[in-house]
Amino acid sequence: MAFLSRHKSLERNATLLLVASLLVVSVGGIVEIAPLFYLDNTIEKVKGMRPYTPLELAGRNIYVREGCYVCHSQMIRPFRDEVERYGHYSLAAESMYDRPFQWGSKRTGPDLARVGGRYSDEWHVQHMIAPRSVVPESVMPSYPSLLATVLRDGHVSGHLEVQAALGVPYSEEMVANAVADMYAQADPEADSDGLFARYGPVTVRDFDGQPGRATEMDALVAYMQMLGTLVDFTAFRPEENLR
Amino acid sequence: MRSAFWIGVTGFATLLAVIAAAKGVEPEFRAHAWIAAVCFAAATIVMLRQVRFAPAPETTGYQDDVVRWGIIATVFWGLAGLLVGVVIAAQLAWPQLNVDPWFTFGRLRPLHTSAVIFAFGGNALLCTSFYVVQRTCRARLALGNLVWFVFWGYQLFIVLAATGYLLGITQSKEYAEPEWYVDLWLTAVWVAYLAVFLFTLFRRREPHIYVANWFYLSFIVTVAMLHVVNNMALPVSLVGAKSYIVFAGVQDALTQWWYAHNAVGFFLTAGFLGMMYYFVPKQADRPVYSYRLSIVHFWSLIFLYIWAGPHHLHYTALPDWAQTLGMVFSVMLWMPSWGGMVNGLMTLSGAWDKIRTDPIIRMMVLALAFYGMATFEGPVMSIKAVNSLSHYTDWTIGHVHSGALGWVGMISFAAMYFLVPRLWGRERLYSLRMINWHFWLATLGIMVYAAVMWVSGIQQGLMWREYDDQGFLVYSFAETVDAMFPYYVLRLLGGVLYLTGAVLMAWNLWMTARGRIRDEVPLVPSAAGGHA
Repeated sequence: MAFLSRHKSLERNATLLLVASLLVVSVGGIVEIAPLFYLDNTIEKVKGMRPYTPLELAGRNIYVREGCYVCHSQMIRPFRDEVERYGHYSLAAESMYDRPFQWGSKRTGPDLARVGGRYSDEWHVQHMIAPRSVVPESVMPSYPSLLATVLRDGHVSGHLEVQAALGVPYSEEMVANAVADMYAQADPEADSDGLFARYGPVTVRDFDGQPGRATEMDALVAYMQMLGTLVDFTAFRPEENLR
Repeated sequence: MRSAFWIGVTGFATLLAVIAAAKGVEPEFRAHAWIAAVCFAAATIVMLRQVRFAPAPETTGYQDDVVRWGIIATVFWGLAGLLVGVVIAAQLAWPQLNVDPWFTFGRLRPLHTSAVIFAFGGNALLCTSFYVVQRTCRARLALGNLVWFVFWGYQLFIVLAATGYLLGITQSKEYAEPEWYVDLWLTAVWVAYLAVFLFTLFRRREPHIYVANWFYLSFIVTVAMLHVVNNMALPVSLVGAKSYIVFAGVQDALTQWWYAHNAVGFFLTAGFLGMMYYFVPKQADRPVYSYRLSIVHFWSLIFLYIWAGPHHLHYTALPDWAQTLGMVFSVMLWMPSWGGMVNGLMTLSGAWDKIRTDPIIRMMVLALAFYGMATFEGPVMSIKAVNSLSHYTDWTIGHVHSGALGWVGMISFAAMYFLVPRLWGRERLYSLRMINWHFWLATLGIMVYAAVMWVSGIQQGLMWREYDDQGFLVYSFAETVDAMFPYYVLRLLGGVLYLTGAVLMAWNLWMTARGRIRDEVPLVPSAAGGHA
């Protein structure tokens, strides 16, 4: 067997074996992942995508912290039942600012890609505190501490700055006003002109129903209420975005 | 002098951790830094107390102390990881068991997966690779005390990862949850691991590198590549936990599943195949069945595995071409996987009677059988039509557990039973009957677990897509959750059976190490009479 005698050179030289293994395992990743960065049609052309507001980003970080992705996907597949249950199938464009992505891998609970606007703020707050009081069959943990924990500003401008460095279109003005914008979105009494000017028509509400106090619940509900609401699907042409 | 260097390193690390604890921007990070500081300080104190001014001890022969420590760590983390698994299984059946904020399912589930994969599996790989590479190279581990940095550094990684999850420090990438500074620490430990392993290969006194070492080496180097690429992130603050991943959205998704699928492929498969290639021939006292098959299946396995990641993203917003590539390569992967199973099972040819007489061989055969079943089920589930039903359901969870409990768990337990009498200088194990009990408890546990998850997964998948004759969806999501309750209880039962077997093993190994022999009726009546 000719190839067996040639294999001897690999078996007798640890460096060669190491280099050969590394080369062999590099191929698949390069062929599959690298084109996603330069093929134009990887991310669809859509109207309406914008980076998260500071409050939504804080909510998203709470979502990540609590491991919500362990039971909830944010990726609607293009099947009749999923589209009827959850809404339009998810586009790659909708997670273009997601670092990291939150597509999930398991639906112990329902998909959340388009949960925004489906329930009232009050429903969300009640559901977080005591899930079984609104959905008796639910197996979700209760999160009463969210309502009690005051939202820390947690260097939110630093969070925007780092993402801007990675290519998320946060302007210098957005970074500079991040803390003020975060509190303004959770307080209908506050001056939110700057927030609207910077981010467009975002929802400003007292999400947790506790006036004058921004809590982690405010941030998380603000994030829930915007999920899947950004893209304007009346302007989306699937046939122009075939991949 | 060498110990002075390491005392300096841990002393300096203690100082850095205390500074981080004082300056940290988030309370979670400060708590985490305190945990690291206590660990480093303890290491410094222990090493200071060990300073000897006598001549250095003999360093000939094999370095087996680290293997013994590795076995203790494997058994300890194995029990811990399985116990957390039982707890979260119970939480799914009875959600009242969640304790906000530290002990909720969302924080405990990464604790379970990391504990069993990286703490139990990782320690099993560390200690067996150190044992195997020394025996098959007839050389002591290279680079002196560096191996102790690898071992204790890896334990610190586990402690920081685990406590981080409970504190809510996670980057939410499955099986790569630890944040940037823990990732950097693991990178340092892993490079040291590669160095120790490679330099030991360099000083071998055998002309050929044994096949087990090919698998160990490719596992170490590939995991290094996967870990570094998937965790590339920019921290918000050098004294804060939070970082942002350099990739976004669809690119991040594929990078993540390229990583995660090959955590299965290289951590849980290639590494454990290395284990299999040493311990199965040893225990069966037979040579490996086919040298040619081992070459073919080694190179094809490591080449094909890397491509399979996109099958975790079927029908998502990942472009179709990538999904199809992932599916095709996943189906092809069936063949090299079965090459490994065939090579392992056929090694027993001429020694099949040992299945009856040797419970360790029986465990190895079961491990290979589950390896074969899981690597057949995997390609089936990677077919898009099947995946449209199985994805997002418990079927995936069942699949992963038949691989993890059946293959990874059983081959590791067999290796532990092989190693403990030899490394603690005992003539035999404390009890062979207890291994038999362990075998049957574990087997029954896996069967219950896998069967229940098939039923629950397929049922839930079908309920989600069930339409009535009017064209309406029949079930609300909440109704499909409600239907899972009996399966979640039964799954808990499967886990408890498996854990009970592992507790028996821990007791058996502990008594073996102490030199006890259980007074029991022999498992197999001796040929010379015994039971009439």
